[in-house]
Amino acid sequence: MQDAATHDDSKGQYFWVWGALLVLTAIEVVLGYRQVFEPVRMLEVLLILSIIKSALIIGYFMHLKFEKSLMRWMLVLSVTACFVIMYFFFFPDAGRVMPPPNGVGLQ
Amino acid sequence: MANAALEHGAVQHGLPGAYEAPLFGAYSKKVGMWLFLASDSLTFGALLFAFSYNRIYTPWPTPFHAQSIANATIMTACLLSSSLTMVMAVFAAQRGDRAWTRNWLLATMAFGTAFIVLHGMEWSKLIGEGLTIPGFPHPAGATAGELADVSKNVPQFPATFFGLTAMHMLHVTIGVIYLGVVAFRKWFLPVLGVLWIAGYFLIPSDNVFHYGIHALGLGLLVSAVILFLKPKDYDAHDVEVSGLYWHFVDLVWMFIFPLVYLMSTRIN
Repeated sequence: MQDAATHDDSKGQYFWVWGALLVLTAIEVVLGYRQVFEPVRMLEVLLILSIIKSALIIGYFMHLKFEKSLMRWMLVLSVTACFVIMYFFFFPDAGRVMPPPNGVGLQ
Repeated sequence: MANAALEHGAVQHGLPGAYEAPLFGAYSKKVGMWLFLASDSLTFGALLFAFSYNRIYTPWPTPFHAQSIANATIMTACLLSSSLTMVMAVFAAQRGDRAWTRNWLLATMAFGTAFIVLHGMEWSKLIGEGLTIPGFPHPAGATAGELADVSKNVPQFPATFFGLTAMHMLHVTIGVIYLGVVAFRKWFLPVLGVLWIAGYFLIPSDNVFHYGIHALGLGLLVSAVILFLKPKDYDAHDVEVSGLYWHFVDLVWMFIFPLVYLMSTRIN
């Protein structure tokens, strides 16, 4: 039975990941404070930063990076597929209810 | 019986035996928790999609001023730091250091509790300024003002905001109780009971948490049943599995914070 402790584990990498997560959060807050981008671009940038942060949490803190590739791929692909399906069901409908004036509608 | 135990032991050491190796190369509790987290991520996904869906076709308010964003940033730092202490707890459990496992779990619970308290204060402030949904108690003086107008004109905002953040706060609360049970087993139950009763009597009746505190009572009941059915000493695997849950709670907040707070800021 493979255990999470069998790979080469050094505590230092977790401190680096924690530091990276704090820095990414600080960048997000600065972007939010300064209103650097217009809303749609801001949403894209924040989502990309969030996905990077979640990848760090899942990969390192939750140890998925060190699990068997079958488990890794099964979890990532199945959850991603569900979100993609949700996206295609929800958002075209959201636009249909009341088409926003600028085509996107974020305030 | 002895043969079965022998064969089971042989499988555990990677030797050929009567049982097949696990499909995912991990023990069943871990696979079970991952499957639960995959399904739970869809629950939060649906709530985040509902929030975004409403936002697309509604004139969306931007009620979060500098103080709210500062508060939410501290909450984020608490959760991220709690994930680090949780990793330390798993390390301590794997090397069999019971005292430090308990200490790191306690630190994780402290960060989680700080998150809940800060979030509760933020909620109380917003409700006190008039942001509300039907069924919430109305504090005196919360019927006029900017947020009261938001509640009247864009009820989708408080509905999705409170729905999403309440679900997350409930998950953090369950996480703190889960870690408490893993760290202290039955000795955690009286602590939980005292917090429940004290919270109920100390929180004013016009505050929503006067009723929300009953989540602790429900947690006490469920924890008592679990400890009655499995009154065992939790091992390193249990600590690791509870850590998976805790990191997931942290992960969800990494999406709620930017989408709900940072996209609705109004810094003057």
